Amino acid sequence: MTATATSARSDLSELGRSETALRTFLHGLPGVDQVGAEQRAAQLGTRSIKTTAKAEAIDLAIRMVDLTTLEGADTPGKVRALAAKALRPSPADPSCPHVGAVCVYPSMVPHVAEVLRGSAVHLASVATSFPSGQAPLEIKLADTRAAVEAGADEIDMVINRGAFLAGRYAEVYDEIVATKEACRDAHLKVILETGELATYDNVRRASWLAMLAGADFIKTSTGKVPVAATLPVTLVMLEAVRDFRAATGRQVGVKPAGGIKTTKDAIKYLVMVNETVGPDWLHPDWFRFGASSLLNDLLMQRTKLTTGVYAGPDYFTLD
Amino acid sequence: MFEYAPAPESRSVVDLKPSYGLFVDGKFVDPADGGSFKSINPASEEVLAEVAEGGAQDVDRAVRAARKAYEKVWGPMSGRDRAKYLFRIARIIQERSRELAVLESLDNGKPIRESRDVDLPLVAAHFFYYAGWADKLPHAGFGSNPRPLGVAAQVIPWNFPLLMLAWKIAPALAAGNTVVLKPAETTPLTALLFAEICQQADLPAGVVNIVTGAGETGRALVEHDGVDKVAFTGSTDVGRAIARAVAGSRKKLTLELGGKAANIVFDDAPVDQAVEGIVNGIFFNQGHVCCAGSRLLIQESVAEQVLESLKRRMAQLRLGDPLDKNTDIGAINSAAQLSRIRELTAAGAAEGAQQWSPPCELPERGFWFAPTIFTGVTQAHRIAREEIFGPVLSVLTFRTPAEAVEKANNTPYGLSAGIWTEKGSRILWMADRLRAGVVWANTFNKFDPTSPFGGYKESGYGREGGRHGLEAYLNV
Repeated sequence: MTATATSARSDLSELGRSETALRTFLHGLPGVDQVGAEQRAAQLGTRSIKTTAKAEAIDLAIRMVDLTTLEGADTPGKVRALAAKALRPSPADPSCPHVGAVCVYPSMVPHVAEVLRGSAVHLASVATSFPSGQAPLEIKLADTRAAVEAGADEIDMVINRGAFLAGRYAEVYDEIVATKEACRDAHLKVILETGELATYDNVRRASWLAMLAGADFIKTSTGKVPVAATLPVTLVMLEAVRDFRAATGRQVGVKPAGGIKTTKDAIKYLVMVNETVGPDWLHPDWFRFGASSLLNDLLMQRTKLTTGVYAGPDYFTLD
Repeated sequence: MFEYAPAPESRSVVDLKPSYGLFVDGKFVDPADGGSFKSINPASEEVLAEVAEGGAQDVDRAVRAARKAYEKVWGPMSGRDRAKYLFRIARIIQERSRELAVLESLDNGKPIRESRDVDLPLVAAHFFYYAGWADKLPHAGFGSNPRPLGVAAQVIPWNFPLLMLAWKIAPALAAGNTVVLKPAETTPLTALLFAEICQQADLPAGVVNIVTGAGETGRALVEHDGVDKVAFTGSTDVGRAIARAVAGSRKKLTLELGGKAANIVFDDAPVDQAVEGIVNGIFFNQGHVCCAGSRLLIQESVAEQVLESLKRRMAQLRLGDPLDKNTDIGAINSAAQLSRIRELTAAGAAEGAQQWSPPCELPERGFWFAPTIFTGVTQAHRIAREEIFGPVLSVLTFRTPAEAVEKANNTPYGLSAGIWTEKGSRILWMADRLRAGVVWANTFNKFDPTSPFGGYKESGYGREGGRHGLEAYLNV
């Protein structure tokens, strides 16, 4: 329990130099009681966000969406349409904000870049042999460099879960450091794939490992395994970024991804951010939703709040 | 900033009458001398309803009605038929749970989040659980044909008005007794709505009688000759007086009294969940909980870190309108209780402990007390020994497991305790040594109708809940 509080700020940067130091540190982090964490997440889920608060939350959530398509069937036409939607989610309503970013595969980055050029919408690309990460390091790094050169300013990498679960923390750490270097100025989001890590203790350790190695964001999931983002997993990650900032002074963002489909879900996450890490994280620079269908539900609820009636799904664009 | 807009639960689900009589023999009746008192909303001091004040004559009438129902109807009835009534009551409670929850929050001051998510589900669960026992008493471990006691006099407190009613009435009725129940004078309204539910369920007249009033009414009830069993939940002082009053009589007695529980946090605890447990332990229901974790014992090596996390968490607590769905801390139940909390916290400060509360605006009307912690508390402080029964936590430290046990047990009370550690063997070692009726591990204030609840030492005797809870209402 004392690891975070008593380590001096400068000490943490040295941890990655030794497998033993890294292991000792990660295993010295306080445990997570599963029942308690799930209970707290459920309790936060009972907050009732209405009227003005709901309107603000919806606009904030729209600005936090990483509008995502990660399919083998993605084409230039498909991703251009998605990018256009990212810029103007609600074509008839200029008061509707744009989303945080568009997230695609590296080969699609140039097509999205054409559409987004000059806008404030970020361009994220998954890399490092997403989603499994099962490729030689050199290929993962080349994947990353290619995406950055094509115009991505955010990289969503996957950690080496095999190495993590085998206890080879230094290997995971070194890969993140190398990817961060390959990113140059692009922001690095590190996907933990929490559905494969299975325990909250592992989620906390992987969160710290990624942050120690230089992650700008920690992200729950690829969306390609059965269990994606959940509220308790996000709670544990939020606690980790909060404690990491207290220990090092550096703020790291959080991105739950996969399975967040409704406005109600999104608001639960925002409440959790608000009451766990506070307003410093309530900004698209520090919190994102990796989602695709969520955006239309947010738009539908936004329209309902302004007009008082629900519009049918045909009033919202499908891309 | 993300400001939550007001999200009040609607009061319109509750249909309050301007005045209520006593519920005797299946009907609402006027008291013999016509006395009454007002029940107010502690969050606004608004009068909710006038309630009859039962005197000795009224108590006598209620006990006679209960006796008649016991002898003619409820006692001879088969367990299976009693179960039908109890299951019916449980279902009606579920169906009317929103109404009951709103009324509980209005009359008691507790947040709707708690009355809705904790009190009411537990109330229904208690009736369901004991309904299941009614036709299985020969298998409860008290002989092949355990008999009921007769008429039970039950006096309950104001902190969980409907839940304490359920803890008392459900096992009594399942075992075949009839009851006369006196709710607390500051929170009689949900008991009166429960009386309406008994009517709705066609419960035979006289099986449940509700006599409202204050201390004198309660005294007349427990001292009445026609009573076979007395069950009381409340303060240790009143519990002592009741024990004296029934001494030497045939009356069987169970007491559930005060507490000063230790919530013990070790250096290997899951710290974020431990902080949640500390908050839940002392600020749940404004700390008006007999088993509240009011003494926090932290291992000294992590005290600073745990306190820092605790303070940060306390700053997130939302105090205000109990009917707002986002309220965490509601109103103190009465002016009298508020002054008791103020007196003890003043003593804590005067004895040199350091008082801290998060920035917290208190509403102008009503009875309110900000969540408060005292650090630098020792076993010699009054706030470490006396039950405050409010949102006030005394923080002490310890060095070794043995010292934690010693300090935890060094109190005249013994109702509950909590242990926070990732080490399973230490949980078992501690639980063996803690003299408390309930020991929670890595959680706090968890209740379940299947689990017995009760105290050691001056926290009372007898158990409520579970199979053990039947014993108090059977002639064994």
